[in-house]
Amino acid sequence: MRQHHAYRLSRLFTIISLTLFLAALSVINGTNALATPAERDAALELLTEKSSKKRATGIDVLAASGDPAAAPILAAMADGDLYFQKTDNRVVIAKKQNDGYAIVDPISNEVLGVLPSSDLKKIRVNNRLRRQIRGVLGGLNLSHPNAEKRLVAASGLQKSPDPALRPALKKAFAAEADEDVKAAMAIALAVIDSKPEAAPEDRLAAIELLTDSDATEARIILTQLASDTEKDASIRAAATVALDTVEDRLFYYQALGSIFQGLSLGSVLLLAAIGLAITFGVMGVINMAHGEMVMIGAYVTFMIQEVFRSVAPEYFGLSLALAVPAAFLASGGLGVIMERSIIRWLYGRPLETLLATWGISLILQQAVRTIFGPTNREVGNPEWMSGAVELAGGVLLTYNRIWMIVFALAVLAGVWALIRFTSMGLEMRAVTQNRRMANSMGIRSGRVDALTFGLGSGVAGMAGVALSQVDNVSPNLGQAYIIDSFMVVVFGGVGNLWGTLVGAFSLGIANKFLEPVSGAVLGKIIVLVAIILFIQKRPRGLFALKGRAVEN
Amino acid sequence: MHKPSIGLRRLIQTGVFVGALTASVAGAAADTIKVGILHSLSGTMAISETTLKDAMLMLIDEQNKKGGLLGKQLEPVIVDPASNWPLFAEKARELISKDKVSAVFGCWTSVSRKSVLPVFEELNGMLFYPVQYEGEESSRNVFYTGAAPNQQAIPAVEYLISEDGGGATRFALLGTDYVYPRTTNKILRAFLNAKGVADEDIMEEYTPFGHSDWQTIVSRVKAFASEGKKTAVVSTINGDANVPFYKELANQGVKAEDLPVVAFSVGEEELAGIDTAPLVGHLAAWNYFMSVETPENAEFIKKWHAFTKDENRVTNDPMEAHYIGFKMWVQAVEQAGTTDVDAVRQAMYGQTVTSLTGTKAVMNVNHHLSKPVLIGEVQDDGQFETVWQTDGPVIGDAWSDFIPESKKLTANWTYPWVCGNCEKPKF
Repeated sequence: MRQHHAYRLSRLFTIISLTLFLAALSVINGTNALATPAERDAALELLTEKSSKKRATGIDVLAASGDPAAAPILAAMADGDLYFQKTDNRVVIAKKQNDGYAIVDPISNEVLGVLPSSDLKKIRVNNRLRRQIRGVLGGLNLSHPNAEKRLVAASGLQKSPDPALRPALKKAFAAEADEDVKAAMAIALAVIDSKPEAAPEDRLAAIELLTDSDATEARIILTQLASDTEKDASIRAAATVALDTVEDRLFYYQALGSIFQGLSLGSVLLLAAIGLAITFGVMGVINMAHGEMVMIGAYVTFMIQEVFRSVAPEYFGLSLALAVPAAFLASGGLGVIMERSIIRWLYGRPLETLLATWGISLILQQAVRTIFGPTNREVGNPEWMSGAVELAGGVLLTYNRIWMIVFALAVLAGVWALIRFTSMGLEMRAVTQNRRMANSMGIRSGRVDALTFGLGSGVAGMAGVALSQVDNVSPNLGQAYIIDSFMVVVFGGVGNLWGTLVGAFSLGIANKFLEPVSGAVLGKIIVLVAIILFIQKRPRGLFALKGRAVEN
Repeated sequence: MHKPSIGLRRLIQTGVFVGALTASVAGAAADTIKVGILHSLSGTMAISETTLKDAMLMLIDEQNKKGGLLGKQLEPVIVDPASNWPLFAEKARELISKDKVSAVFGCWTSVSRKSVLPVFEELNGMLFYPVQYEGEESSRNVFYTGAAPNQQAIPAVEYLISEDGGGATRFALLGTDYVYPRTTNKILRAFLNAKGVADEDIMEEYTPFGHSDWQTIVSRVKAFASEGKKTAVVSTINGDANVPFYKELANQGVKAEDLPVVAFSVGEEELAGIDTAPLVGHLAAWNYFMSVETPENAEFIKKWHAFTKDENRVTNDPMEAHYIGFKMWVQAVEQAGTTDVDAVRQAMYGQTVTSLTGTKAVMNVNHHLSKPVLIGEVQDDGQFETVWQTDGPVIGDAWSDFIPESKKLTANWTYPWVCGNCEKPKF
């Protein structure tokens, strides 16, 4: 053991002296000499060290070596795919497989076979090393033939600027043909030029350039330059002016971002409330089990995804498309059974309905808990729902939220069309407006009641599919939405789909504009108090139904 | 005179027989030592606490296979307080007065601990509390086997300030709105101020339990981070609200190398429901990770998988805390030769157990453990990889040195102090 240590120590010593020598050599030459294998191997040896300082040196040495394998090796390291073999410290790129790790030599790209995980040790990276690699890779990939790689390189350099790379960056900038990459490189140059070491006129030019940029990095740099840490008063003044311009412009983007967030929260509320707008709004049933219908929809999504995972994982992206009708049928069917067996005996007795449906909600929760267990179930986000599109200035619209808004509006349109244009919708409206008259016209009001309740429950189930994408799928899922749903329906006006739409979106947007000012907890309280006051003033909500039907 | 004498003899025989029977029945009952398990098996906290119940059953089962304790078998008594804080107190009373358990292992949230505290103090019970918490408490009847703030929060923030952790000088403190995050953040703010971080560089934000819409907060944190200083996020978000929080981070493209998030309540169990590939590099601070490579841990994981008959079950820090607490209790009972609470408590001080991270965990006189602090990075397989750890065990500090009124207080339950919050010894 001791001998081994002594051996390693002496190895290390040679390596370090070798690196120092080579570094000195490359400085003397003024250019990066083409790598000698010894230099590269020395750098790889450093990467296997336990101390993160030595690994950091290894990264620099490898980058400076000019070896063509350096960039892929460092990229693999940042991705956590770089390992070394425990027996001989040989550095390899390893990818996990079912039966171990597939090993590839990082220099020759030769496939070396499969090793068990116990023979390998990962070359660890921490956030500091990740940043360093990003900067170094930025330098190495500036003249990469692939424009996408160059863009990543340039934005990497914006975040991890290295003044030593300025000449290389200038050269790459001059040679760049791609518009986007050129713009990114210009900002990266400006970031480097804004440092106190640069010439004052370069710095002023950099500030001017950063003023026109919407990039988050530009704002970070300008804030730094405008603060007290900046010694040069003229720079500080210029940066302060520039920062004001940038912030004025960003203000609009941020307001747009807040509106989007409000719309997306509104769409969640809308989805949860549409079903209730039918069962409570149209039929007048105080359905405390509404939330559980949502929860059942979410669990149907989970089950369908499980089937996809085991049978056809390659079509996982389609699982949601199948989950929507399945959830509708499951929750809707349950709704019909509930209406026929319990609720129909309780029409006109709101207190009993409230208690009975609350009891049903507890039974459903416990049933799900018994079947699926109390812990959360993992519902995956398909590829097309992950990630975000950048508006500008760091304001992001996430795909899952965009789809949520689209889905909520589609469901609302579907329900509206069903009530407005189909014969079932006509019968529904007839029964709610005047049951006895509808009966005498030959409408079987019992059947219509069951179908209406089923529709409301089914829509709640579809909402569950969407909510499973943004919230946890647990037996308590429904409880979180029941109060919000009632709030939206009452605020918007009972029995009115438009009211539900306007109510949901205005509550969502109000919430999102309040949240930054008051905090999430107080924001919710303020909205609740505002609704209570509003209901005092207008007990029938935003859009009150008029006419004789209301008086019953 | 003949008959009655036979009758008398019969009577005596029967009496002796019945007496022996009763004695043997009573003997059978006294032949087990009861251990209470007070973890929520339903409601919001079931997600975390159910695993701890299973872990306790495994530990008790293992001890019984070794021949039990003091020649008797251990008998677990499981109750379900259903994530309902007042019910915790009721169930604790039931365990101590009706079931006569010798010790109770339980609770997760600080609210539940605060709720059972008066019951344990009134009935002189013994509680082992396995979760990291906000400190500022020391009860004679509770052994705190989770981390105190100086064993988790403070070292984590020190790491973020260090060069390896990214050299952060600006902090966003996000938490769920209840006693643990608020107290922890109060301590952290005092600590950061002492380190020269101004109040304007600290953002504090609280959300309700189960918060699911993180868009605004994540965008605000991003804006806060774009104001020119290296920023880090310290999260005391609890329970399943973490899942949508991390999803939002991933969707908004928050990279750990630009804006690292260090969490105090996110372990292997919480990550089980998330795709962690976009989260690689975010951090958590604990005293144990499942990925720790020691023979003790390998054996524990093997046993856990065998006991649960599920190769995919993960282990986590509070499980290790129960492991240490239970072993210590067993040793203390053996040393005291009785399960009497007062005797066992005296025997607890100075007990050592080799923890799953391979260090010696010691029970100190302030009822807190000495444990090492580990900082781990999230990996793409849902595990943590240790990137930093303390040189040796850190002694848990019940009263934070960063809050002036707490700094004066000492917790020491041995003579001459015998006190959880005194400025000078009682005797």
